[in-house]
Amino acid sequence: MRHIISLLMENEAGALSRVAGLFSARGYNIESLTVAPTEDLTMSRMTIVTSGSDDVIEQIMKQLNKLIEVVAVVDLTDGEHLERELMLVKLRAVGDAREELKRMADIYRGRIIDVSDKTYTIELTGTGSKLDSFLLAIDRGLILETVRTGSSGIGRGDRILKL
Amino acid sequence: MELTGAEIAIRCLQEEGVEYVFGYPGGAVLFIYDALFNQEQIKHVLVRHEQAAVHAADGYSRSTDKVGVALVTSGPGVTNAVTGIATAYMDSIPMVVISGQVPTSYIGEDAFQEVDTVGITRPCVKHNFLVKDVKDIAITLKKAFYLAKSGRPGPVLVDIPKDVSNQKTEFNYPSTVNIRSYNPDKHGDVGQIKRAAQLLIEAKRPMIYAGGGIVLADAAKPLTELVRLLGAPCTNTLMGLGGYPATDNQFVGMLGMHGTYEANMAMQNCDVLLAVGARFDDRVIGNVAHFGSIPRKIIHVDIDPASISKRVKVDVPIVGDVGNVLGDMLAVLHSSKQKPDPTALAAWWKQIGEWRSRNSLAYKNSTELVKPQFVIEKLYEITHGEAFITSDVGQHQMWAAQYYKFNEPRRWINSGGLGTMGFGLPAAMGVQLAHPDATVACVTGEGSIQMNIQELSTCKQFRLPIKVIALNNRYLGMVRQWQEFFHGNRYSESYMDALPDFVKLAEAYGHVGIRVDKPSDVEGALREAFARKNDLVFMDFQTDPTENVFPMVPGGKGLSEVILAEDL
Ligand SMILES: Cc1cc2nc3c(=O)[nH]c(=O)nc-3n(C[C@H](O)[C@H](O)[C@H](O)COP(=O)(O)OP(=O)(O)OC[C@H]3O[C@@H](n4cnc5c(N)ncnc54)[C@H](O)[C@@H]3O)c2cc1C
Ligand SMILES: Cc1ncc(C[n+]2csc(CCOP(=O)(O)OP(=O)(O)O)c2C)c(N)n1
Ligand SMILES: [Mg+2]
Repeated sequence: MRHIISLLMENEAGALSRVAGLFSARGYNIESLTVAPTEDLTMSRMTIVTSGSDDVIEQIMKQLNKLIEVVAVVDLTDGEHLERELMLVKLRAVGDAREELKRMADIYRGRIIDVSDKTYTIELTGTGSKLDSFLLAIDRGLILETVRTGSSGIGRGDRILKL
Repeated sequence: MELTGAEIAIRCLQEEGVEYVFGYPGGAVLFIYDALFNQEQIKHVLVRHEQAAVHAADGYSRSTDKVGVALVTSGPGVTNAVTGIATAYMDSIPMVVISGQVPTSYIGEDAFQEVDTVGITRPCVKHNFLVKDVKDIAITLKKAFYLAKSGRPGPVLVDIPKDVSNQKTEFNYPSTVNIRSYNPDKHGDVGQIKRAAQLLIEAKRPMIYAGGGIVLADAAKPLTELVRLLGAPCTNTLMGLGGYPATDNQFVGMLGMHGTYEANMAMQNCDVLLAVGARFDDRVIGNVAHFGSIPRKIIHVDIDPASISKRVKVDVPIVGDVGNVLGDMLAVLHSSKQKPDPTALAAWWKQIGEWRSRNSLAYKNSTELVKPQFVIEKLYEITHGEAFITSDVGQHQMWAAQYYKFNEPRRWINSGGLGTMGFGLPAAMGVQLAHPDATVACVTGEGSIQMNIQELSTCKQFRLPIKVIALNNRYLGMVRQWQEFFHGNRYSESYMDALPDFVKLAEAYGHVGIRVDKPSDVEGALREAFARKNDLVFMDFQTDPTENVFPMVPGGKGLSEVILAEDL
């Protein structure tokens, strides 16, 4: 099953490679991994999207907790949560396609953030599957380039991950 | 007064009460060696290869309860040390390794003797640090010692660039350290401990399986008390030997791949299993599905939550220090009105007695060929079971574990998790330095000893009267055994040709060498060797080359699917 793991860790050089190294050394899957400092600059927040059986996920959580620089870990998929990913996609936009692509961007609540006479660059946020479905909805031949950040996750309501 | 980074590092070691540093100098640690030169409190042991420095620090630590310390230079110094660090990591040995690094401004430039030490060692340390500012040396070393020793112990590496070791700052050694992201649980959950105690008291066929955690936590006493109170059988893993007295009737021997028949059968057939400081290793449980085919309740006590339910699902997990948890469990049991059921226990012991009567460690002695088991039995007799025994890896290791009965913890020192050939001799150096008056023997094979034989020179320099017991079967015996059993007798590269004359070799290093090739000479030669209190004696026992280790549970098989010597 797909799990979204959120963790807080010391914002120190090498901390990221400890997490990445753990996943590769123990053969765990990583679908995506995002990290950036929090409002407290001594700490970074990481979101890891992974998949595995319940036993594997349990080990992943324990092994992450065991890393000395990891302050707190939660499996967001254990409860209500929000998940967002940002995608920038550059599309070939000439002739009729210009109108059509603008309409598609609107449907998906995307924004055109850069325009040239042959291209549009569209910014889109949402769950990973929403971004996937946008890409599927567009004629493959028009897609020039895509960049995705990987998912960031946060608990709903009072569910808070903080030191 | 301001001190250099190097001086600060040495002062930190002094503050930690470090007696010995095992190391080897080089460019990146010159300032640190200079600081060592100017003081007398810490003694430096110059090894002949960095791997040996780490193993010696490791042996020192295993035989005491202190943190071992090794010091190596950058680049090849570090890469040579990696095997030692990984060995300590796999067996959870507390250790601090200080490595030199190229100056900070050179890092990343493929500088002379530069390697990414933090990167190379990351997967085999509990934690590591690169110190970029002289002001951080003291706090980093404080953290390193704290991390190495607390929670699940392990090696911690501190990488110090050369320029940092020469910069100056005020020295203040912090008296305490707090790492917000690191808070190992010391005490087990009270409710869980009560549940566990209840299960144990109601058990019809209880079994206690105790591992290296008992030794690491110095919890042999509460374990022994608990086993006696419950009247249950107790087994130790290879790493736990000595955690429960081997000569006690409730001890059923080591379990696992080369464990006794009774230990493995009791493990398989118990109804309540208490696992303490043991991690259900694949060499212990063999086939997990086969083990799970018989229902039993499992209680697992471990300080590392990641050890629990990793390979085997457990019913009552208890995270905490075994010493504390066993103490709390004893308190619950003492205050309980219920007692273990004597009728059930009697039936259980009767069954165990039947398994025991198979005498699975019996071997056929010979008047012509020296049997390795016989050598260990005699070694046990002559040293009254009181020696510190280190070992290398292979058949000789298993025979030492099976036939030397350890009644106390920290006497049996071997590489279990990584299985590192070359561990035995340098580890013995650390043990002998920690216990200058004790009898220390290294049981080894002609293959393993050659992986760190250069340390005979270190032993000479530091006058370490270790007794090297080489069970020389002219084979990489453990490999040969697998080839005999599972590869149709095709002995691919397991024969050691062109062996040195070990007697002459010992003499060349300034030691005493004795060769023994007749069973009738074994005892006399051992007596002679151990009478030489001040000499290192290298004993080359020419043993039966075809002898195998029994019992054996082949890899991937269940604990009851064992091959016994009598089967062949
Ligand atoms: C050739 C060869 C053959 C082998 N054959 C066998 C065999 O037949 N039988 C066998 O048993 N082994 C055998 N081994 C060794 C095996 O590979 C493992 O190293 C060993 O079984 C692990 O022992 P352990 O479970 O006691 O764990 P250890 O590696 O000793 O781990 C200790 C456990 O205790 C925990 N712990 C540490 N401190 C504390 C504390 N304070 N409180 C609570 N918990 C703590 C740790 O978290 C860890 O989970 C063999 C090795 C070799 C090289
Ligand atoms: C460094 C290292 N390389 C290879 C092995 C694989 N190995 C395990 S036991 C063994 C044979 C050891 O031979 P020897 O020291 O003569 O001991 P014996 O088994 O003959 O008693 C080998 C090669 C190992 N454990 N360690
Ligand atoms: Mg051999």
